[in-house]
Amino acid sequence: MMILAVPGFPGNQTSLNPVGPGASHIEFEFSLIFWITCAVYCIVLLGLVIAVARRRHSLETIPEPLATNEPTERLTRRSVTAAVAVTVVLLFIMLIGSFQTGRALGDMNQEDALPIEIYGHQWWWEVRYPNNEAYKIVETANEIHVPVGVPIRFSGTSRDVIHSFWAPNVSGKRDLLPGYKAEFVWQVDQPGRWRGQCAEYCGLQHAHMSFEIVAETKEQFAEWLSNQAKSSVQPSTPQATRGQQVFMTHACVLCHSIRGTSAGSRNGPDLTHLASRATIAAGTLPNTVGNLGGWILNAQSIKPGCRMPPNQLSGSELQDLLAYLETLK
Amino acid sequence: MAERLDRPVLDVSSLPTVHFGTHSLTWWGIMGMMAIEGTVFVLMIASYFYLHSRSVEWPPHRNPPDLMWGTVNLALFLISAIPSEWYRRRARKGDLKAVQIGLVLVSLFGLAILGVRYLELLHLNTDWSIDAYGSAVWTLMGLHILHLVTDLVDTIVLTVLFFTSLVEGKRFMDAEENAAYWYFVVGFWIPIYLVIYWAPRWLHA
Amino acid sequence: MITTKVATETQLTEEELRKALQLERIWQEPRGFVGWFKAVHHTTIGMRYVVTAFIFFLLAGLLAGAMRLQLAFPEAHFLSNDKYNQFFTMHGSTMMFLFAVPMMFEALSVYLVPLMVGTRNIAFPRLNAYSYYLYVFGGIMFYVAFLCNTGADRGWFAYVPLSGPDYGVGKRADFWAQLITFTEVSALAVAVEIIVTVFRLRAPGMSLNRIPIFVWGQVIVAFMVIFALPGVVLSSTMLLLDRTCGTQFFNPSVGGDVLLYQHLFWWFGHPEVYLIFIPGTAVVSTIVTTFSRRHIFGYLVLVLSLVSTGFIAFGLWVHHMFATGIPQIAESYFTGASMMIAIPTGVQIFCWIATMATGKVVLRTPMWWAIGFFFVFVMGGLTGMFLASVPTDLQVHDTYFVVAHFHYVLIGGAVFPLFGAIFYWFPKVTGRMLSEPLGQLSFWLFFIGFNVTFFPMHLVGLRGMPRRVYTYEPGMGWTLLNQIESSGYILLFLSVSILLWNVYRSLRRGRIAGPNPWHAGTLEWATTSPPPHYNFLHLPTVNGREALWDAAPNQPVVVGLSEDSRQILTTRSLDAEPDGREELPSPSIWPFLAALATTAAFIGSIFTPWGITIGSVPVAITMIGWFWPKKQAADRRRAREIWQND
Repeated sequence: MMILAVPGFPGNQTSLNPVGPGASHIEFEFSLIFWITCAVYCIVLLGLVIAVARRRHSLETIPEPLATNEPTERLTRRSVTAAVAVTVVLLFIMLIGSFQTGRALGDMNQEDALPIEIYGHQWWWEVRYPNNEAYKIVETANEIHVPVGVPIRFSGTSRDVIHSFWAPNVSGKRDLLPGYKAEFVWQVDQPGRWRGQCAEYCGLQHAHMSFEIVAETKEQFAEWLSNQAKSSVQPSTPQATRGQQVFMTHACVLCHSIRGTSAGSRNGPDLTHLASRATIAAGTLPNTVGNLGGWILNAQSIKPGCRMPPNQLSGSELQDLLAYLETLK
Repeated sequence: MAERLDRPVLDVSSLPTVHFGTHSLTWWGIMGMMAIEGTVFVLMIASYFYLHSRSVEWPPHRNPPDLMWGTVNLALFLISAIPSEWYRRRARKGDLKAVQIGLVLVSLFGLAILGVRYLELLHLNTDWSIDAYGSAVWTLMGLHILHLVTDLVDTIVLTVLFFTSLVEGKRFMDAEENAAYWYFVVGFWIPIYLVIYWAPRWLHA
Repeated sequence: MITTKVATETQLTEEELRKALQLERIWQEPRGFVGWFKAVHHTTIGMRYVVTAFIFFLLAGLLAGAMRLQLAFPEAHFLSNDKYNQFFTMHGSTMMFLFAVPMMFEALSVYLVPLMVGTRNIAFPRLNAYSYYLYVFGGIMFYVAFLCNTGADRGWFAYVPLSGPDYGVGKRADFWAQLITFTEVSALAVAVEIIVTVFRLRAPGMSLNRIPIFVWGQVIVAFMVIFALPGVVLSSTMLLLDRTCGTQFFNPSVGGDVLLYQHLFWWFGHPEVYLIFIPGTAVVSTIVTTFSRRHIFGYLVLVLSLVSTGFIAFGLWVHHMFATGIPQIAESYFTGASMMIAIPTGVQIFCWIATMATGKVVLRTPMWWAIGFFFVFVMGGLTGMFLASVPTDLQVHDTYFVVAHFHYVLIGGAVFPLFGAIFYWFPKVTGRMLSEPLGQLSFWLFFIGFNVTFFPMHLVGLRGMPRRVYTYEPGMGWTLLNQIESSGYILLFLSVSILLWNVYRSLRRGRIAGPNPWHAGTLEWATTSPPPHYNFLHLPTVNGREALWDAAPNQPVVVGLSEDSRQILTTRSLDAEPDGREELPSPSIWPFLAALATTAAFIGSIFTPWGITIGSVPVAITMIGWFWPKKQAADRRRAREIWQND
């Protein structure tokens, strides 16, 4: 199916490059439907072309309608009936394929799956790794690490409007609806960073609401998870300390939390390990110092309509803040 | 004036111009309207039960509507079918007096029902802005009120018309169709009454 | 209107000339400025629907052009995100509510059905006028709001909670919801008129099995309108109530449910696309018949297919909601039904091809558009298979793949037949032929341009591009495909421009058409081009499925209707035997005034909940005026009444 991926195509965020059983089952069904419908299209249109492209006539040569004769009508009836019968058979094949694929996807549900909670926000993804032991709970945003080869049980809802959680390389999408708890099982078998994007129109910045599924080995995942569970590092340099002060005395604390400090608001993404993430603004920009600075000063110029207001910071305040944020690995 | 043509003709000049039931074009129009409004009612009732299926308690945290005034109205509606059916049959015979009396009676019933409807609203024991249950009950009621009021206005206008010199065969057709539409309003009150007043009692148990 | 009044080919006798003048006097439309607002003839109102719907098509097309320009470059700034969101919502809402159904169902059926069944006017002519005014006022309201930066911006189906009181700030979603109210009342009114016209006003002899397929298609659509529209009536009313009156239908924290909106909307929304597609098939059946020079093959199964499509269409709606996590048993049912509907559609396609294969095909512009329909619609129907199957749907739903799918089925299934219909019936409506060379040119430009614009959308959707995004990032692999799509728009723009030029030019200089330039078989071709306001000098009787082709050498005509009033013949619903005579209402200003009052009430209710209660008073007054009989007419009718024997 990669033939449909014409040159210049990165292979990310596409259902045609499955990296897990979910997308693989779906890709099989896709191929089945594709080849059947391709064949049907070609045959039907060929029939049309043949019917039309015989000797050309004009209205002047046939002013009166043609009479029909019974033998031709009978043959035509049989042909049409045969065509309809073939249609029904092909439909049944696709129908059975659809049910089989659905069952295969349903069979992915396993008891020892890793639970991850997703909460859709306008316009970012809140990610939570639950744990019975409170100090091991991880809260982060937009970047979802998973171990390769392990079933993941996602559960999700929305904190505001309907969003749709979709990483096509991994599996089909699932809508996150306020008032409903969605539960679905995914699995990634190939390590890598697999991009996803919101697939239900959710307002002004629906276009910039992406996420990444980062699939890594079990060991790498365990290391990442335990690091994420830790509280934030305390600033060790004077600049970082000043930066923390900037954070605590400006609007940042109204929306963002940093565990280990008094900043605990859950309106916006958790920043405890901001510096460990590859992108910011829900996959909109690479997480570099320059981009982060621009985002903090005026998020509206990058993602107009998003919920983060511009911030009035002097040059030195910004540098201090960035230095602090860079320590939040 | 008769036409003379050189081809065979189908002469329709003796066909009736005043006819009832399925022969009348407006009868079909009224049936169409009933199909439309009926579908609206059915979907609204379905929405009520859908919301019920999504909730734990029904009605949530309060009493169902008081039975009395709704049941009084049910009785009034059902009794009003008597004069309605009477004048409908007399209309088909062109009985002016009967239609006049029947229309006046049904108008009076309609006004009484409207008054009782006001009392019903005072005893619904919920508000449309409190929760989805309240919204569903008030909207279902509101839809029926809309039809009650429009039919009442129609009936009163027709009643007035029947006391003028403008009466002709076509008006008797209108009278029959007006009765049919009243049956629609009455008929749909039965399931709506059951849903608003009895469903919360049965479902709660 | 620039037309030529042409006499029929046969010379009228003196008797017939007198009758023609008398009928014209009775049935004519009022003249003058005020007279324009009193018109009630179906061809007048039908033309207004056609022109208005086409203007909305052009407006929506221009919006699409701006969208394509914005999407031609990653992270472009041609349209801001807010503007883009308004543009795509206005584009979709205009196309679906102000163009597709009003054109394919209302315009085509209002103009053609009374002619095709052989009567003088549509049933309930004043209601017809009212429905048109409501439609156009609703459209004007929608665009005035847009010009005031209050354009709808929540997508053409405006899901809650995004469109609800918490997140749909301002009045944008209110104007959207009221647009629904205007267009729904309009469509419902026309549906009732069409059903009554088709069941009660057919020419004697036009029994059920002799009704033209075009008329069958439209009457089935009319039934579907009646049962489908209430879904969106409720969903938009609940949305308005939540937004303006504080109801809680969609607030999950107090028992409301966001999926209630989706179920009610799609109960309407899925049949809606068949309301658009079935008239397209009705046009294709007509064109294929005429240009294959034979009766259509498989009339009975075609009618049964249309009926079954109409029924099955009501059983598919949840396939728009597969991603919401519905129970598996429901998924299985809706997948099965969504695939099953391909069977009646397939039957129609095979019958059409069979007609062409066993007939003698004449390739004129209308037939080219019909052929284009096959290439485009069938592809769209087949991509629908990916959407019917839940697993694949979960990958392509809400991506450009589905955007490609629905443009293929809607443009293929409605716009191609519509352009065919324009070329086919323009001679009847105006009395002149459209230019054949210009017609072929606009066909090929449109066919190529359409595929260049929309085919790549399948690919870019499979490559992960979601829909309703105002921009995208470079490096996704979507840029080139988007640029190809945007350049295709230019061809579409050119094609439609040439079509408009063709119309303009042909109105003045087109070849005179005469009553039946295509030697077709249905009744509209039995009268002059354009038809007089009384439609037929002599009301016809019918002897077969193609009234003109199957007419007996001495096919009788109807006599005996009153010539000094708007009297028409009513016939029995099954066998079309003559049944009675009724008088249709004459021109009146009241439908227009009632539409104004209704508009004031609807728009007022956006700004205050009292809008409906206070606004209902002028509505009641204007409607009473509408129905109140005139003394002179009442006296005349009473003097000549014949009562049925009971």
